[in-house]
Amino acid sequence: MKKQSLVVIGNGMAPGRMLEHLIEQNHAFDITIFNAEPRVNYNRLMLSYVLDGNKSYEDIITHTDEWYQQNAITLHKSAPVTDIDTDNKTVCSSNGVSCDYDKLVIATGSSPFVLPLPGKNLDGVLTYRDLDDVETMLSVASESREQSKTLRAVVIGGGLLGLEAAAGLLNQGMLVSVLHLVDTLMEKQLDPSAGWLLAEEFTRRGVDVYTGVQSEAITDNGNGAVAGVQLADGRIIDADLVVMAVGIRPSTALAQQAGINVERGIVVDDHMQTSLADIYALGECAQHNGDVYGLVAPLYVMAKVLADNLIGQPSTYAGSITATRLKVDGVSLYSAGDFSDSPDSEEIVLRDASAGIYKRLVLKDNKIAGAVLYGETSDGPWFFDMLKRGVDISDLRDTLIFGQSFQGGSALNPSEAVAALPDNAEICGCNGICKGTIVAAIDNGSTTLDGVRAVTKASSSCGTCTGLVEQILTFKLGSEYQPAAVTPVCPCTDYGHDDVRRLIRLKSLRSIPEVMQQLQWKTSCGCAKCRPALNYYLVCEYPSDYKDDYQSRFINERAHANIQKDGTYSIVPRMWGGETSSLQLRTIADVVDKYNIPTVKVTGGQRIDMLGIQKEDLIHVWRDLGKAGFVSGHAYAKGLRTVKTCVGTDWCRFGTQDSTGLGIKIEKFMWGSWTPAKVKMAVSGCPRNCAEATCKDVGVICVDSGYEIHFAGAAGLDIKGTEVLGHSDNEDEVIEIIAALLQMYREQGHYLERIYKWARRVGFDEVKAQIMEDTDKREEYFNRFMQSQKVAQIDPWAERVSGTHDHEFNNITPLPVKSEAPLRLVQ
Amino acid sequence: MSMSEQSVQWYELGPVSSIPLRGSRRVVINDQTIGLFRTATDKVFAIDDQCPHKKGPLSEGIVHDNCVTCPLHNWVISLEDGKAQGADEGCVNTYPVKIEGEQLRIGVALCNKQELATVGD
Ligand code: SRM
Ligand SMILES: Cc1cc2nc3c(=O)[nH]c(=O)nc-3n(C[C@H](O)[C@H](O)[C@H](O)COP(=O)(O)OP(=O)(O)OC[C@H]3O[C@@H](n4cnc5c(N)ncnc54)[C@H](O)[C@@H]3O)c2cc1C
Ligand code: SF4
Ligand code: FES
Repeated sequence: MKKQSLVVIGNGMAPGRMLEHLIEQNHAFDITIFNAEPRVNYNRLMLSYVLDGNKSYEDIITHTDEWYQQNAITLHKSAPVTDIDTDNKTVCSSNGVSCDYDKLVIATGSSPFVLPLPGKNLDGVLTYRDLDDVETMLSVASESREQSKTLRAVVIGGGLLGLEAAAGLLNQGMLVSVLHLVDTLMEKQLDPSAGWLLAEEFTRRGVDVYTGVQSEAITDNGNGAVAGVQLADGRIIDADLVVMAVGIRPSTALAQQAGINVERGIVVDDHMQTSLADIYALGECAQHNGDVYGLVAPLYVMAKVLADNLIGQPSTYAGSITATRLKVDGVSLYSAGDFSDSPDSEEIVLRDASAGIYKRLVLKDNKIAGAVLYGETSDGPWFFDMLKRGVDISDLRDTLIFGQSFQGGSALNPSEAVAALPDNAEICGCNGICKGTIVAAIDNGSTTLDGVRAVTKASSSCGTCTGLVEQILTFKLGSEYQPAAVTPVCPCTDYGHDDVRRLIRLKSLRSIPEVMQQLQWKTSCGCAKCRPALNYYLVCEYPSDYKDDYQSRFINERAHANIQKDGTYSIVPRMWGGETSSLQLRTIADVVDKYNIPTVKVTGGQRIDMLGIQKEDLIHVWRDLGKAGFVSGHAYAKGLRTVKTCVGTDWCRFGTQDSTGLGIKIEKFMWGSWTPAKVKMAVSGCPRNCAEATCKDVGVICVDSGYEIHFAGAAGLDIKGTEVLGHSDNEDEVIEIIAALLQMYREQGHYLERIYKWARRVGFDEVKAQIMEDTDKREEYFNRFMQSQKVAQIDPWAERVSGTHDHEFNNITPLPVKSEAPLRLVQ
Repeated sequence: MSMSEQSVQWYELGPVSSIPLRGSRRVVINDQTIGLFRTATDKVFAIDDQCPHKKGPLSEGIVHDNCVTCPLHNWVISLEDGKAQGADEGCVNTYPVKIEGEQLRIGVALCNKQELATVGD
């Protein structure tokens, strides 16, 4: 009897494995394979090792020409199949070979996605999929080594492939940049903390990592070759080679042409059969139960299932859970399963900041649902195995995260971050005391906080370093020392606000994921309490180069308006010092009419509130107000709200100084800066105090001899009269004093702590001493305030009118989908 | 799920990337305002944009883990099943979403609200 003919389209890793199974089981087919590539089957995964120089093509061949001969398999190389005739059961290739089949396996894999950028066809723009790509990259790299000038490679895409390409090209001596659209690398496999560690590692090795950037065009060097990549923000990154690694698309065109059911991939059932009898699909081109895969493990399982079915031993494929490793020398990274957390899931996070280790397990119903490991991944397969088998881990729970070989070790040491600081780290900023000095004092017998204070002066001034000094005591003395309880920022951490702020500074932590990693946060993504606090601390610490994290801001500060109980907004434009004009009032009147604003009200802060505005209207209202010169009044901000004034010498018969003018000056000088909590000020023209300056965060009372400066008043939840800060006889000095005071508060205040609470905590006299007596200190604060104001005074309304954060103000428009394949709920 | 297969209409919502990570957008379908949330780990969820407490717009809240904190009085709502967390009690409707390539789709039941309310319980 004539043997049945089995034809395979594509000779990648999946069909290669299928053939091995068929041979093992003594199949009875006549086998013919068509491959578009001009070569035998090789291990595609290993391309990264060929690129980084650790292996050659010969090393990664899976099946040699002899193997095909020995097993009587006909391989057509450079023979892409262009047509499947399902009626006559025959296929034909572009080079004219045709072949009849009884059973057909489509294993066309995927094609890399090419971003539709201008310049995508220039010389030197590649994708990363097959040996040809690697050879092109290697030839550019060797050119780079030969030329006196080092050539530059830009990799677009910071996923698995992009990073492997980047590491390989770096190894080949090129200067490498990675551009990634999202804020974290490998966001599909990693959570932000692990992604951040990875970015750090690549940066340390010399790769320029750009996250959160969009590539807009590839520029031309004038000779049809690439010169650089232009980003949406206008920057151009020079490039002699551009590698696009932005994702793959299952290659389904051939199947579709043949009338086979195709969605994202070629749809197969549990037996790997497509919608047509005798035609199967296998590998990355196949879609099973809604999922397509881009890793080999699932493809190998499919290969086995299909081989079994072909030889008449029915077996079924049930889908796969995948695990990923990054194949870059010296980077250990492992991710498996579903590691996003949900309410019914719990997470166990282990962070060892000094060793650069981050591990996270997500548990559901006492089973492991997902795992991300960075820095130390040897337990990855152990976790993955328990995950796949659904092992109940209740008994292991307490020590699970420490891994398989854990032998009852110790719990995490909370003072680890402090222990890891070098001796010259400045612990007490006020008195310039380093860790080494404190350690020496403890070694010399000071075993209490007061003892250390007496000997070193550390933590004897503003006190914000008390927590750190106590941690050094704990670290030196162990359980002998009982620190005073600090209130943690929130349940995500054991550190208090002071500790967090000091450690951000000491360890120069520069982003929220970095803080969470280095300070061993207990959750992966923080909560609505700690995220806004961390964001403020970073804004304050690095005014010019920290990228404000809007997703960590409360809606009011994101929308630059106050949310109301019905979801509409209110807005309050600035009226400097409470003074207005007919033009301003007319503009407000017009806006109110034009946008049907239901309520207009004079606020307690000497300005006008428009309430009940629809979110979609905000931009338009701001545009109209902006034309008349209005800027945001920050009525929503943890920042300067109002500077109330009275009429002063301009009109009042008792006025001693120009209180309105000074109030306007102060407001214009101070607006825009973010502070721990809101700040309200006032200037009264005489001690009758019509502007109510003595219950404000900062108040000025004008007197004949000049200006009496007050601070730390309250008239909200608490009522408290101000303290006198000092006296000055000229306006400029008043402004300098207030700015220095504000900066001291900005640097020391806990998030949401008003000035009166902060000043009470650090001592009113301490504030007076630093601002009024120590003029050097005052100048330093003032200079730092000025530094941060340089980038702070941008009107957020104008910014949004010009298009910033557009998505915040527009809804998504839905388009009904006409025909939808059988319903599947994916969540 | 009690939703029958025929009763769902799917809608195309454009690229997933139009929702910021740890952020949200809104879509209005059949007069129903739905919040679309994208978590740090790049999961997308859709739930009614009305807090079970006092109808606060959940899409304006801070997204953390698979939850959102309501901007009005800080209830924490699960994006997965729409349930209020901790001591608070209440639940909002959830909607199925699918991601096809980069494109986001949402399924909204064509039946009346009464039936919808049982989805996700
Ligand atoms: C509009 C206004 C009332 C009015 O119609 O006059 C107002 C409205 C609100 N105040 Fe106020 N406060 C207003 C002047 C005041 C004043 C008086 C003042 O500024 O001279 C105080 C007492 C002074 C003080 O702050 O110490 C005041 C003490 C508070 C407090 C208590 C703060 C505290 O730390 O004790 C809160 C609650 C909070 O901030 O947590 C608050 C919170 C609020 C919020 C933001 C409630 C909220 O979180 O949504 C209200 C927003 C309504 C809106 O959407 O516009 N408001 N609020 C006033 C706006 C002033 C402005 O032009 O910006
Ligand atoms: C650089 C790199 C590193 C990788 N690293 C890993 C890793 O570490 N771990 C992991 O699990 N996975 C990794 N992968 C993914 C893995 O290689 C793929 O999942 C796997 O190779 C897919 O196998 P396949 O047989 O489905 O398709 P492929 O291996 O892509 O094979 C498809 C073949 O079909 C050919 N073909 C296409 N159309 C036709 C046609 N009409 N006619 C004839 N032939 C055609 C193609 O030319 C190709 O040779 C990596 C991939 C790359 C590119
Ligand atoms: S006093 Fe209370 S009710 Fe009135 S505006 Fe202030 S916060 Fe709202
Ligand atoms: S309306 Fe959401 S918490 Fe009150």
